[in-house]
Amino acid sequence: MIPNFYSGDFAGELVVDGMNVKERTTAELAAHVGLVFQNPENQLFSLSIERDVAFGPENMGLSRDETRKRVDWALDATGITNLKDKPPYELSGGQQQRAAIAAVLAMQPKVIILDEPTSFLDPKSALEILEVVSTLNKQLGITIVLVEHRLDIVSRHANRVIVMDDGKIVLDGTPREVYGEQARLIGIGLPRVTTLFHLLRKEGLEFSQTPTTVDEAAIELRKMLNR
Amino acid sequence: MIQTEGLRFAYPTYPEVLRGIDLTVSDGEFVAIMGENGAGKTTLVKTFNGLLLPTAGRVKVDDVDTRESSVARLSKDVGLVFQNPDHQLFSETVREELAFSLRNFGYSEDTIERRVATILETLDLTRYAESSPFVLSGGERKRVALAAVLVWNPKHIILDEPTIGQDYQQKDRLRNFIVQLNAQGKTVIIITHDVEFVAECRPRIVLLSKGLVIGDAPAEDLLSDEQLLEKASLTRPQIGALMHQLRDFGLSNHMIDVYSAEQAILQALGRRT
Repeated sequence: MIPNFYSGDFAGELVVDGMNVKERTTAELAAHVGLVFQNPENQLFSLSIERDVAFGPENMGLSRDETRKRVDWALDATGITNLKDKPPYELSGGQQQRAAIAAVLAMQPKVIILDEPTSFLDPKSALEILEVVSTLNKQLGITIVLVEHRLDIVSRHANRVIVMDDGKIVLDGTPREVYGEQARLIGIGLPRVTTLFHLLRKEGLEFSQTPTTVDEAAIELRKMLNR
Repeated sequence: MIQTEGLRFAYPTYPEVLRGIDLTVSDGEFVAIMGENGAGKTTLVKTFNGLLLPTAGRVKVDDVDTRESSVARLSKDVGLVFQNPDHQLFSETVREELAFSLRNFGYSEDTIERRVATILETLDLTRYAESSPFVLSGGERKRVALAAVLVWNPKHIILDEPTIGQDYQQKDRLRNFIVQLNAQGKTVIIITHDVEFVAECRPRIVLLSKGLVIGDAPAEDLLSDEQLLEKASLTRPQIGALMHQLRDFGLSNHMIDVYSAEQAILQALGRRT
């Protein structure tokens, strides 16, 4: 979605927030669309995490007070206030990932794209980050586009799942609509509980719906085991 | 065998990362090192090939103290695949990348060509042989980094977060591959947060927290221990969590993979297969 960032062939039209990306600069677009890279090291460059997080708001020309406020908020939202004076290279992979997310959060863009933002995180931190991202979506109305392999992690939060294969969109719907046989064949990792239900169906068990989360699965199985 | 005794390590100007670790990994074992971000997992494995030397205590690889060896010598037996492939890759083509270490170890061109071809095939990279590692996707670069180490056939293989950026099929391949390596007698040590991956390959888990080993047990025991999981910032694997919710029906939360869960549920429903 940031074609002038990479070299390559580009055809067709892409409009972000009414702006044709071919006619706008990356700087213009970046204020609307924040991108959190897969590898946080590609994004962090300052001598302290606080400086890194302040970089975006400062470049947007925000006042000192506003920058201060946003930096504190972003550090707090990602749980790294205690690391603000550390240089990025002293942090663990997961801590860096939080910092990279904070740096984008501080710009409060309309759309945030996260490229496997939790891949370096331990499971609990991953859930926390997703909660943060989900809150941005629900409370601030920020559009979130998440690139992720691990569907079990996103099914709780995403309203819509788009499956790509070989450069094309092949499936597009709610998590439940998407998690079928076709997704499995493409190599999408279905949540383990969904796979379990596919297996149980093959054994002749009948369920009213295919669960996509542990809680849904527990409810379905409880009904069955109570009979 | 990799053995640490009272291993401590501190980076300059940073609180001590490893605070006294006693750990023995025997030849041919399959071990997953897990624990919260910043627990010291990567630091620990960097002491296994001498990249980092203990500030106190010691590390022995096949009975040789790492202080009395060199990274070059240790690396031949201990292959370490970094978490971030970009720390490792530098060549112009994938083929060159894979041949680099073999050339350094002095293998003949014939052997190099053969080994590179085999490893490319095994890791599903043949079609990228002439590509630059840097145009590949994150997941593909990780496989190149893995291939670049496996190609010299080290006895002990350490993989730092191998499943990051891998889709489901690639993870499946990786799992089969790791199991295969292990069956060939290689020691395999993985660092991972991926509880689902671990639930399916069932290694011995060494749980690290704040620079100390806080747990050391088979996957099914450790991944069902609420207190330890909490301490190390891990979650139950999905199936374990489901079984836990259904424990009133006599289902065991030591059940952590899909297939044993399926059998247990069918049994609980009075259906035998």
